[in-house]
Amino acid sequence: MANYIPSVGMEVHAELLTHSKMFCRCPVAFGGEPNTRVCPVCMGLPGTLPVPNRSAIEMALRTSLALNCKIAYESVFHRKNYFYPDLPKGYQVSQYGETNPLGYHGWVEIPSGDGYQRVSIRRVHLEEDTGKLMHLPSGGSGVDYNRAGVPLMEIVTGFPPDISTPDESKEYLYQLRLILLYLEVCDGKLEHGSMRCEPNISVRPDDQSELGTKTELKNLNSFRSVQLGVQFEVRRQVAVLEGGGRVAQETRGWNDTSETSFLMRTKETEQDYRYFACPDLIPMHFTEEYIEGLRAELPELPLAKLRRYRDDYLLGEKDARRLVEDRHWAEFFEEGIKLGGDPKLVCNWMISDFARLLNETGQVISERAKDDDAHDVSKVTPAHIVDLVNLVSKGTISGKTAKDIFDEMFKSGDFASSLVEKKGATQISDSDQILAWVREALAKNPDVVGKYKSGQTNVIGFLVGQVMKSSQGRANAPMVQDLVKKELE
Amino acid sequence: MLRAKQVSAREVAQAHLDRIRHEDEKYGCFLTVDEPRTLAEADHAQELLDRGEAGPLTGIPIAIKDNISTKGLRTTCASRILENYVPPFDATVMQQISSQGLVTLGKTNLDEFAMGTSCENSAFKPSRNPWDTSRSPGGSSGGSAAAVAAELAPLSLGSDTGGSIRMPASLCGIVGYKPTYGRVSRYGLVAFGSSLDQIGPFARNVEDCALLAEAISGHDHRDSTSLQDAKIKVGGLKSGRLNGLKFALPKEMFEGALEPGVRQIMEETVATLTREGVQFTEISIPEIGLGVTTYYIIAPAEASSNLARFDGVRYGPREESQGHIGVVAATRGRLFGHEVKARIMIGTYALSAGYYDAFYLKAQKVRAKMAAKFEQAFQDFDAVLTPASPVVAFKLGELSDDPLQLKLLDFCTIPANMGGFPGISLNAGFSDGLPVGVQLLAPVMGDEKLLQMAYSVERALPDAIRRPNMP
Ligand SMILES: [Zn+2]
Repeated sequence: MANYIPSVGMEVHAELLTHSKMFCRCPVAFGGEPNTRVCPVCMGLPGTLPVPNRSAIEMALRTSLALNCKIAYESVFHRKNYFYPDLPKGYQVSQYGETNPLGYHGWVEIPSGDGYQRVSIRRVHLEEDTGKLMHLPSGGSGVDYNRAGVPLMEIVTGFPPDISTPDESKEYLYQLRLILLYLEVCDGKLEHGSMRCEPNISVRPDDQSELGTKTELKNLNSFRSVQLGVQFEVRRQVAVLEGGGRVAQETRGWNDTSETSFLMRTKETEQDYRYFACPDLIPMHFTEEYIEGLRAELPELPLAKLRRYRDDYLLGEKDARRLVEDRHWAEFFEEGIKLGGDPKLVCNWMISDFARLLNETGQVISERAKDDDAHDVSKVTPAHIVDLVNLVSKGTISGKTAKDIFDEMFKSGDFASSLVEKKGATQISDSDQILAWVREALAKNPDVVGKYKSGQTNVIGFLVGQVMKSSQGRANAPMVQDLVKKELE
Repeated sequence: MLRAKQVSAREVAQAHLDRIRHEDEKYGCFLTVDEPRTLAEADHAQELLDRGEAGPLTGIPIAIKDNISTKGLRTTCASRILENYVPPFDATVMQQISSQGLVTLGKTNLDEFAMGTSCENSAFKPSRNPWDTSRSPGGSSGGSAAAVAAELAPLSLGSDTGGSIRMPASLCGIVGYKPTYGRVSRYGLVAFGSSLDQIGPFARNVEDCALLAEAISGHDHRDSTSLQDAKIKVGGLKSGRLNGLKFALPKEMFEGALEPGVRQIMEETVATLTREGVQFTEISIPEIGLGVTTYYIIAPAEASSNLARFDGVRYGPREESQGHIGVVAATRGRLFGHEVKARIMIGTYALSAGYYDAFYLKAQKVRAKMAAKFEQAFQDFDAVLTPASPVVAFKLGELSDDPLQLKLLDFCTIPANMGGFPGISLNAGFSDGLPVGVQLLAPVMGDEKLLQMAYSVERALPDAIRRPNMP
């Protein structure tokens, strides 16, 4: 069997988080009764005209900059003409051409193996979403135009594709989604279809330079399905070629239950969309000053953040990634650093106890992390964590006590220092007191002491535990360890 | 009279409705009239008059071309595909005229989707010329032009994509004006060729035409192609003088295709205006010869896309068939008229991969070049003077077997749509008893001066304002 090299191009559609639609003032939202967020413009009634949404244009430009794209300082909207019931006007307003899309010829970096890999971006353009076909309970079908006209940003990777594995496909989508979330331009919900990924996949024998025939995959609504879908297509195409067949150019759907792809339609002839500049919209013109203003206001992006956490705060790659993959976590963390918390300790508390408690209670880390599904916001603020971390590093409380305090702090929202004060839970470092407990423990357990003397030094842990018990966990653990050893010698 | 309270707005409206009821059978101007609605509008206008809040046109009746959306009033575009379509919103021009108290009489006939120059492409009926009812009023705004000429309405609105206001104005002996592209909102005008379409007024004299232009112009945030300083201000209408004006005569518009009678009136007009002190210079703009060809690529290309929304899914009748494409094909196949289908096919072809560069792109280049040449002319001259139509009103049916000849009738008016600049047609005289219009063209945003010059020209021409022989 020959070796096959897969090539994967990625086409991603992201619904933008604007208040209103691309060319009218209808609100943008998810769900709701069909055809309740429509007006003559987005229904395409005769005589209506589009007025572009400035904030959608700005979001696409910011995304273009974040993806290292060139900016089309002069850019126009085109009409893409085709008939489909979900398309109210018989054409979709979109952007065509190699250098006309708002952003073009950029790149994004994704983690790959032990390092990083660049994936080139061909274009970032704006268009309007279509309506949604739906089957009516009464039989027959209808169209819901609530989604028609929602601003849609299309991001397409470069050609020939840089992505060649299912993992890279998933990682690309993951990084892209993260960037969009950081930019606050898309909610990134693959399961809702507000971010949609359509990979096109081909394979070629490793001794052949030109790419194979590609198939396009639709209905992928999770990272897992992207990974599985690409994997399935690669295997299917290899099997077709190995069996002496040829891969047909077609659009295939993904079945999440059977984890297989199925034929939706063949694309033997390229459809002619008869693109032309939309005469209802005037060409866009951007000044360098405006674009540079947008660039200057871009937030720090996930990978830059990750590198900074790793290099400046000396966090482990995995820990840093855990913080960066949720921008609300990163914000929380950085707030803690600003308050003087030790980066490593703040990070440790966040990704261990705090993460566990948030997970158990279903709370979210900050007010900004709240979304439509009503979650409670945790009472623990960065200041709480820093307070706790400081108590531990000053030796005021033991690590063990700190864990208990954290739980209480999470429940009540009281600061660790005030909880400690209330309970008198400060750490005991008085060596006379500790020595008394140590002697008591040794006296009570002569058999254990005997074992130690006969060489089983690991029983020391038991004795330390007895002392901690006597002190109700407040004894300074390293001191206990020292004193037990000394007494045994 | 209205302001002097000699008559009420309701009396004026009722008189026009009566006249339409009795006379329109002869002319076929109106497709829809809703008398109670008209009278209610008249009563509203009367309130404005009584309260002293009237504008110059409050209480004046107006007829509306049936491709302008009227909320709650059927808007058909003279097409079977929109036969029962009632818009849920008003075009911006309708909001403007109703806020100023004009009274809508009804919706007027046109060539289906404004595609044509004779009003014979209406799916419902042809309109007839009040000067000779065996003849066409021109098109596509034939119903609106004939209604004003036949005194069924003192004012009307039309739309002009390649001459659809100015050409019928010429054939009906009235004033028809296409403003600068972007000075009157297109919102609510059912699109034909979006980059060319412009709504404009018909009236029996330049002054009324100018007042209506002022009423319907202005920036509209709902139309992205609307200009910022769009309002046409006509305060200085009567303060112009002909003496010392410089007019250009593009020789390509006086060659060949002109009927002898039209040529003669043009020569007389030039002679009259020369006596008034206008200096005439012949110029040459060779691109004029390519105008019709260029137009018949760009307008159908845009139309093929604009009319794609009529698929039988959301409104209008639909023909059942196999699958979505089947329904679309059956609906459009049966309900669009021949000319509309022909233009959709031409446009589809012109935009297709492999032909786009040779047709659409090339047409856009010619268009830009023609516009630049006119712009140059406007730097040297106050206006360009041309015939508004190479022919007088032709017999109904006479040219319907000759679509090419019909299309060539637009060659004097097309450049203004290509370049977006304003043009006005007014009556210059008669050839065998049929009106002959003269067209004045001015630079983009030169509307105020154009109207002022047209007003002066109208004063100088003895035949400018005459009514046909009719009851
Ligand atoms: Zn809408």
